[in-house]
Order: sequence, then structure tokens, then C-alpha cells
Amino acid sequence: MKTKCLFFISLLQVFVACGQTDVNISVPDQVNYSLELVVPNLEIPWGIAYLPDNSLLITEKQGELIHFKNGKKTSIQNVPDTYVRGQGGLMGIATHPDFVENNIIYFTQSSTVESEESGGNTALYRAVLQDNALQDVTLLYKAKPNTKKGSHFGSRIVFDNDGYLYFTVGDRGKRDENPQDLSRDGGKVYRLMENGDIPTDNPFVDVKDAKNAVFSYGHRNPQGMTKHPITGEIWTHEHGPRGGDEINIVQAGKNYGWPSITYGKNYSGTTITKDKALPGMEQPLYYWIPSIAPSGMAFIHNSKYADWEGNLVVGSLKFNYLERLVIENNSVVFREKIAAGTGRVRDVILGADGFLYLAVENKGIYKIVPKG
Amino acid sequence: MKISLLFFFLPTIAFAQQSLGDSYERGKLLYDDFCVRCHLSNGLGESGLVPPLVNADFLEDIKATVHSIKYGIYGPIIVNGVEYNGAMSPMGLDDDEVADVTNFILNSWGNTSDVMIDEQYVKKVSKVKL
Repeated sequence: MKTKCLFFISLLQVFVACGQTDVNISVPDQVNYSLELVVPNLEIPWGIAYLPDNSLLITEKQGELIHFKNGKKTSIQNVPDTYVRGQGGLMGIATHPDFVENNIIYFTQSSTVESEESGGNTALYRAVLQDNALQDVTLLYKAKPNTKKGSHFGSRIVFDNDGYLYFTVGDRGKRDENPQDLSRDGGKVYRLMENGDIPTDNPFVDVKDAKNAVFSYGHRNPQGMTKHPITGEIWTHEHGPRGGDEINIVQAGKNYGWPSITYGKNYSGTTITKDKALPGMEQPLYYWIPSIAPSGMAFIHNSKYADWEGNLVVGSLKFNYLERLVIENNSVVFREKIAAGTGRVRDVILGADGFLYLAVENKGIYKIVPKG
Repeated sequence: MKISLLFFFLPTIAFAQQSLGDSYERGKLLYDDFCVRCHLSNGLGESGLVPPLVNADFLEDIKATVHSIKYGIYGPIIVNGVEYNGAMSPMGLDDDEVADVTNFILNSWGNTSDVMIDEQYVKKVSKVKL
């Protein structure tokens, strides 16, 4: 009995060391919801924010900021010029925690400003939304240097319960230079005050040459980020290369390993590194093989979907669906395809009205409506 | 006289060959940065999701090919008899870069083309399809 027990424990350790148990994705036999197209005719809706008056702010990758209210699209004026190249564009959008009082919004875009090199990099802006235009447009952060590389700009924006603002910048196609170097932008999750100041308790404020806004590093290209409704933790996901997309809970000063460790390979199929784990580097909460190309991320809480309470939803650009993940004790125990075949799901949010809204490329914004 | 004519043409021919080679090499770098994650290193795309570039009938219309890289393409399109209903956003490449990546695609994975695309060709491809 003792031997058996020991054997079982060592087996368990092997499982833990090898990462996660496979969770195959399910397709439900019966679909108990319908999809309602609420905003038609969008090209690449990249981000959505839900406003207190039940209207939506939508970023189009090409640089247009759209306010959708009472069935009508209005193009918001005074948006700074977007450097549209490759994956870069007008991307993340978020409202200030006190938006009702101050009408402040935040957005990220690829931009040429504040760098002498040609090309672009990710910028974070803050502005006041007033009379269908942006006022007091303020640049809060600009990743440097600019580069003509077309990949991995990030970028999402989320506030935590303490009023800190988090945003992401991908490795900008320079995986051997940026993600593991704290003195360089790219491959990082950043944390700022709502006005752009650097929090004095940021993890690297006392580290020589480090970018003081960095909160966590070793990321590849995070295009999903959300706050856990109960714990208040900041969850992210990021695109892996070929295989190895990850979900992480980001913590101050932690290294998430890219490109020193990964569960993915190069697009050509060649090896990036033999290491899947190394001391001092965090293991993902979950990784996808094959890659689903995750974009957008939200928890379901106090929603119209009683059966999905506490679940995480993630858009899949590659496989054209929304993925629902059931999570127990920080492990994924069940995966399911929602809205299968809808199109490239670029973003997903839970509106204050309790409905899920999906931004789908080449289509528009869909609302998921439970039947009955 | 004959010899001088030969001398006159030789550098032109050599120059043309060299510039296709250079354009192809630049195109490969751009392909690996902008195209590879969907169309893959082998140009095969993803069954039913991302159209292949290998031996694709779509590429026979070079103007349409350049148009799709320059301005993006919004489905549905049919490639080798299969419908793809996705979206490819415009990559924001400069005209000379569109030429390079087109030359790479038209001359890779067994694809061959008699035509070399240059910046001037790309410049003339207007957004409104004629």
C-alpha cells in the first residue's frame, strides 16, 4: 500500500512537471443561445468598451474610433494618426473607473511618435470623450524604439480594483532582444497610475536602467487581458508561435519565460528552445497546442448566462469561434466552442447589461442571447 | 558591331536577374514577418480557414494578387475550388515592399512566374477594382 501510494505520488509529480493534462475541446449537442448582429459592417473591429448609457465604443484596426449608440455609428474625431502596418493599428480601448464623472477613455495604437527611427511602436493615450470628439488627448506611454517590423504590438488595457492601469506590448518581432531585457520595451505587461504616472511600488522602479513602468516580462504577444471578478487578479493570454499560446495570471516582477521557455515551435516547425520550464520563470496556467490564436478575454459573472457563471471566454482568430473555459483551482477542466464558425473573433467583453459582445472580423459586433 | 550590341544588352539582363533575386530575398524577410503566421512557411495555409499560396489559381490574376496584399481582402473568395470567408487586413506595406513579397510568393514552393513585379506596377494598382 505504501509503495502504491509512493508510486502514485511520483506519477503525480511527473504529470505536474510535464505541464497540464490535455483537455479536448467540446462542441455542445444543443445550443441554447442565439447570435444577434448588433453592429453590422465592420472591417476589423479590434476592441470594444461598454459605456454606462449602454452604447459601445469600437476601435477599427485601420484607425477609426466608432461610437455606436441607438443603432447609429458615429466616427469620433481627433484620434491621433495610427501607424497601420502588419498587426499594428488602433487596438485596445478602456474606460476610466470613474467614466460616469469624467468621460475619460484610454486606447492603444501603433504610432510613429516620440522616436527618431522609422517605423512604429505601441502608444497608450488618455483622452476625454466629448461631443463625438476626443479632447485633452494625452500620450501616457510610448514604447521605443520604432521599428518597421510588422508583428506583436499587443495590446489591451485593463484597470484593477486599486485603480492601477495595465496595458500590454508584444515583443515587436525581436524575441531575442526585447522580452527578457528590462531596459527595453516590448514583451511586457506595464502598470501605470490612471494619469500615466509610474506607481512608486512598481517592481522595477529601483532597478538600474529598467523601464519603470514594467509590471511583468517575458511575454510574446498578449492580446487578451481581463480582471478576475472575484480575486481582482489580472489575467492575460498571449499568442505563442506555432503552438504554445498561454494563459497567465500576471504578478509583479514575474518572468513569464518567452523565448527562454515555450511550449511552441517556430512557424517552420523547427525548435525554438528545448526548455519548457526553467527556474525563475513562471509556468502558464494553461497552454494551447495547437494554437487557437487567442484574442480578447472576459470572465462571465453576474451575467445572463446562469450556466456559465465564473467561466472564462476567449476569442479564437484561427478557428473562428469563442472558447468557453471552465476553471477550477486555477486549472482548466473543460473547454467548449461557442458561436462555432462565426468568424475571426477579435474581442469579447461582458457588458454591464450582462450580455457577451463579440467583435468578429469582416462582420461586426454580435451579442449572445440565451434562448427561453 | 555585333559584339558591341552584346555588351550593350548583357548588363541589362544581368541586372534584371540580380534584381529579381534581391527582390525575392527582401520578399522572403517580409513574408516571414507579415504572412507566415497564417499562410505558414510552406505556403499551404490552413485547410478551410486560410487559402494556400502554393499552386493557387487565385495567383494567376497578378493584379488581384497585388490588390489583395496592398489593400487587404475581405471574403468570400474561392481558391482552387474551395471557398474562404475570412478577412486579411491591409498590411501597410510600401509599394516596393508589396512588389517584393509578391515576387517571393510567385516564385516559391514550386510557383513560377514570367513577370517581375516592381514598385511602379504596384503604384498603378488602384483601390477601386476596374
